[in-house]
Amino acid sequence: MSDLPLIQADRAVPPPATTTSTGGRRRRLRLLSRTDRVVITLMVLVPLLLVTGFVWLPAAATVLLSGTNWDGIGPLNEIEFVGARNYSDVVNIYPPFVPAIQNNLLWLATLFVVATPFGMFLAVLLDKELRGSRFYQTALYLPVVLSLALIGFVWQLLYSRDQGLINAAFGSSIDWYGDSNVNIWAVMVASGWRHVGYIMLLYLAGLKGVDPSLREAAAVDGASESRTFFRVVFPVLRPINIIVLVVTVIESLRAFDLVWVVNKGRNGLELISALVTQNVVGEASRIGFGSALATIMLVVSLVFITIYLATVMRENRE
Amino acid sequence: MSRPQTQAEYLARLVPPSVAGINRRSLLAAAAGTGALLGTGLLAGCGDDSGSGGSSTDVSLGSNQSDPKPKEVLVKVTDGFKTSSGVQVAVNTVDHNTFQENINNYLQGKPDDVFTWFAGYRMRFFAQKGLASDISDVWGKLSGFSDAFKKASTGDDGKQYFVPATYYPWAVFYRKSVWQQHGYQVPTTLDQFTALGAQMKRDGLIPIAFADKDGWPAMGTFDILNLRINGYQFHIDLMAGKEAWTSDKVKKVFDTWAGLLPLHQPDSLGRTWQEAAQSLQQKKSGMYLLGLFVGQQFSNDEQDDLDFFTFPEIDPAIGAKALDAPIDGYMMARKPKNEDNARKLLEYFGGKAAADINLKNDPAVLVANSGADVGGYTALQKKAAELVGSATEIAQFLDRDTRPDFASTVMIPAIQQFIKNPKDIDGLTSSIENQKKSIFTD
Repeated sequence: MSDLPLIQADRAVPPPATTTSTGGRRRRLRLLSRTDRVVITLMVLVPLLLVTGFVWLPAAATVLLSGTNWDGIGPLNEIEFVGARNYSDVVNIYPPFVPAIQNNLLWLATLFVVATPFGMFLAVLLDKELRGSRFYQTALYLPVVLSLALIGFVWQLLYSRDQGLINAAFGSSIDWYGDSNVNIWAVMVASGWRHVGYIMLLYLAGLKGVDPSLREAAAVDGASESRTFFRVVFPVLRPINIIVLVVTVIESLRAFDLVWVVNKGRNGLELISALVTQNVVGEASRIGFGSALATIMLVVSLVFITIYLATVMRENRE
Repeated sequence: MSRPQTQAEYLARLVPPSVAGINRRSLLAAAAGTGALLGTGLLAGCGDDSGSGGSSTDVSLGSNQSDPKPKEVLVKVTDGFKTSSGVQVAVNTVDHNTFQENINNYLQGKPDDVFTWFAGYRMRFFAQKGLASDISDVWGKLSGFSDAFKKASTGDDGKQYFVPATYYPWAVFYRKSVWQQHGYQVPTTLDQFTALGAQMKRDGLIPIAFADKDGWPAMGTFDILNLRINGYQFHIDLMAGKEAWTSDKVKKVFDTWAGLLPLHQPDSLGRTWQEAAQSLQQKKSGMYLLGLFVGQQFSNDEQDDLDFFTFPEIDPAIGAKALDAPIDGYMMARKPKNEDNARKLLEYFGGKAAADINLKNDPAVLVANSGADVGGYTALQKKAAELVGSATEIAQFLDRDTRPDFASTVMIPAIQQFIKNPKDIDGLTSSIENQKKSIFTD
């Protein structure tokens, strides 16, 4: 992800003289022994096979299956192709689809606008070496470590309408999980609670790596704290910023676990990933229909992946 | 092995010979090799992870009874089988939900000889697809089952594919003490039921406890209203996709339900059935339509205070004799490895001895075999058994009487939508009908 090591590696190797460049390269190839070449081939081949077998083939199969009405029973040669019917069904007669798209976008926007900046802000605070910063660090990172089942349980204790802590403490009777106008926000808080800790730790690691002399220089030049951060530290942390951005997008696209724990992604908590699971996994086995949903999700993800790769490649070229 | 003489020797022993004296390069090659092996191993593993029937045992049983209590009871039953027949049973227990979700792959892979399942549409579907074996000959040796149970065990081709073991009825539960305190009477018509609800409201009670966070409990309400308004045969045909959801009959069910909704506990979509049952237990609610398992939320000394009545009659021509009573039992896989032993095991499961063991050890269910010694039943169990015994037809519950894809991906969101907005019945039923047409294609 980071291009820093690459630069250092370039510097470590003295550039070959331009006149003998072809000869030099051939000699370098011969430096590899037979064992080296076998090892390198294996190291390329094995991951390639794994990626093809576990990522690309299933993805291609998903796209293929989305054109069928397979129910997971019977031999593969009995599969009937139904063309684009699954897609038209998804869009036209499947009520949860539109809310799911809206919720996924809302998820992305909230994480991007609220949770990620807040996590970065906390990292900056913790970087100041406050008293007890290790305690805060642990406390804030804890949600990321907790198991999913436990998180679901913890928030159920808080949000339950009849027995929950929030309603008991404030004497309210808000149906946090059941009211479809409220529950997406309730879950978003829980999701942000996890996301903030994750981003904080990532960003803190980056901040620790910033050369202190940069800050000193800025301070000597009379820059304020916030000016130092935005004009000096933030630009230096560009590789980390990109990672944080990518993590945010990934987290919001694959958001699934919390809504699944709450109510299996129904009644206001629809997400594309939850709909895919409802249809494909489990007894339902609407493999064709679920695959159509999964393909739609794949296309949405591809948009973001393309944007990201384009940005990274453009940078590498510069 | 001799003791090490020096500390250095001791430390050297800690390094296994496979690692000692290896250089970095061969380590990398080995790692790559293991990676490849692991990869193929995983791929190969996908194929047969469900095959666990070993040849060392005489018959294998795939069980979804993963809760401690039923699991323990099943062990006792299989022990009983071993004593009576000398055949060893290998029980392969899988988490209840996981078992249900993986049933397609399980049955198409290498299933156990006998497996736990439910009566209903899905049982008939597996029978029709050839994923379960005909066990009519076992039925020839069984006795003590009413016709309703035999009907529930029969596939579309008229042969039996299922041995019932236990069941539980759905009914309206209440606390006797609360009803005595307010002087309530068991309603026998819908009007009396509504009037009772209104009276409970005046008395400061929530008339009907209600929860549908998990999507399935409200199906029970739909079922019972449909059974009372349109009868059993319509329920079966509707669930099989033969009747239109846009028909006036279905709309009348939703209309009636909409009329009753104000008597139901509000904000039901955020509540689990356990919480709703606790509101009944805490005497905040007057009654609750649920399965017999509602008793799990009551402490032992409160069990006697729990009583129930069957949902009142709505249409005198239909009566109030049908009800939901899901039946759990056993089926035999296609091509079982030990077919003779599997049939013997099924015969034992359907017999009086197994029923007696079930009855003695698990108070939360009723046993299907009427030959069992029912002296051990609690008063509630006795009454429940009488209720089901007098039922003219036994339905299996919405999600067991129809295709699972239709129940989970269409009906759960639809019923939740109805609870949120009970006014738009036309839009709701036409949405269900459109999705039904897309799912019931064959």
